[in-house]
Amino acid sequence: MSQKDENDVTILCRCEDITIEEVRSYIQRGITDLEQLKRLLRVGMGPCQGRTCTPLLVNELARATGQEIKRIHLTVFRQPTTPVKLGVLAGGTDHEENS
Amino acid sequence: MKKTADYVVIGGGVIGCSIAYHLAQKGAKNIALIEKKYLTSGATGRCGAGVRMQFGTETNCLLAKHSVELFENLEEELSYDGSIEFKQGGYLLLAYTEKMVEQFHKNLGIQHQLGIPSSWVTPEEAKEIVPYLNTQGLLGATFCPKDGHCNPFKTTDAYAKAAQKLGVEIMTYTEVTELLAQEGRIKGVRTREGIIETPVVILCAGSYSRDLAATIGIELPITPERHQILVTEPVEKMQEPMVMSFYHGLYCQQVPHGGFVMGLGDPNEPKEYNYNGSWQFLHEMAAKATFILPPLANLRVVRQWAGLYDLTPDRQQILGSVPGCEGFHLAAGFSGHGFMIAPMTGKLMAEHILGEPTSLPIQMFDFSRFERGDLFIEPSVV
Ligand SMILES: Cc1cc2nc3c(=O)[nH]c(=O)nc-3n(C[C@H](O)[C@H](O)[C@H](O)COP(=O)(O)OP(=O)(O)OC[C@H]3O[C@@H](n4cnc5c(N)ncnc54)[C@H](O)[C@@H]3O)c2cc1C
Repeated sequence: MSQKDENDVTILCRCEDITIEEVRSYIQRGITDLEQLKRLLRVGMGPCQGRTCTPLLVNELARATGQEIKRIHLTVFRQPTTPVKLGVLAGGTDHEENS
Repeated sequence: MKKTADYVVIGGGVIGCSIAYHLAQKGAKNIALIEKKYLTSGATGRCGAGVRMQFGTETNCLLAKHSVELFENLEEELSYDGSIEFKQGGYLLLAYTEKMVEQFHKNLGIQHQLGIPSSWVTPEEAKEIVPYLNTQGLLGATFCPKDGHCNPFKTTDAYAKAAQKLGVEIMTYTEVTELLAQEGRIKGVRTREGIIETPVVILCAGSYSRDLAATIGIELPITPERHQILVTEPVEKMQEPMVMSFYHGLYCQQVPHGGFVMGLGDPNEPKEYNYNGSWQFLHEMAAKATFILPPLANLRVVRQWAGLYDLTPDRQQILGSVPGCEGFHLAAGFSGHGFMIAPMTGKLMAEHILGEPTSLPIQMFDFSRFERGDLFIEPSVV
């Protein structure tokens, strides 16, 4: 998405390839709700479900809005906790057969 | 917080945001939209966001057709600075019984009269459209290349932003606890932050509309029903259209981001507010999806969630004024197809509320049809 040189960006969400600059530009436009940021920017929507990026994101939000970190509600973690193949769930293949 | 408003829209889903925008766009002033959590926190943010014109009644075909036309130009109409990710990869509706074949042919007749570019396809032709489709047991299908998918978060955001630009005040994290009425007229709403006086309320709170209407003694025949859904990891583009089987109760499509979004209905689902996911769903969904589309067995499920259909006795929305309470309008009960008709619904509701003639008839969706026993039956819904 970003046009910048690799050296210029800091990836915040690795699954969805979202930089801290993109997050900041959304926050600057007034989107300071974690739920909204997630849905409009896809941060935390990838396979790790925000395990890596959510703490960073919460920090960013807290700093930008002057809120205490503990006041920022986390978004819901959803099952499955690790990505599982449909074939496995259907009962057909072994877990990592074709990976 | 606002103390008075000329119009209060309750519910920040795609329907509420579309109505608020259309009202403002037509010149209405002093509009407040109230949402108990964040925008898209209800069915809209949980839906499959499929958009199709292949219905079995003229009314729904028209609603959907006009909505597709609006979706096609929505970014420009709303001057949206992002993309609503409208993809028109088609919908392939599978027929597995003679009865379905017959019904689909009837539907095509109606669709063709209205200029919807759908057609009957043989199992072999269906396989050309989706090469890895398992045609076992398949009698044929209908296909409309102009059907598709749209990002529900972005679509709602686009309506909300455009509404705000026109002066609509959007109040999130504000729950309406009670409607206020007196002598057969709406007077206002009570929220957790205080009362807003208003002569006009438009209720579009999904299933929760029932609870709010009950606060002024109006009984809405709307019940919640859980529907579950999942998304896989994103992969290279491999499937253009939405594949949908009324027989299996499932739909499955690859969204522009690359993930496959698929869902399944369960006819035995209790009618209650429950949006927790279940392992049974994951297994059943996986079994059915990999039967119809075998290569999907290699895709990993990233997330599973659930949302509520707001069901009426005929699985069709209630649109219009609520009799016995002046100033009270309703747009709820959309079952599983409210997202795709949201653009046109917002426009029609705004016209109705402002007392203009509506661009399409809406009286078949009126509140009193249940009392009259005049149900609106649509043969092609999940
Ligand atoms: C799993 C699933 C899949 C679906 N797939 C499709 C599909 O492919 N295509 C399609 O067209 N449709 C689909 N639908 C249906 C579609 O999601 C809905 O019809 C549509 O989103 C309805 O929008 P809405 O704005 O009426 O309701 P909602 O999006 O539910 O909005 C209602 C809002 O009201 C708010 N609210 C509730 N109570 C209060 C209160 N007391 N005070 C303030 N606010 C309140 C809620 O928080 C919510 O945000 C699906 C639905 C589900 C659940």
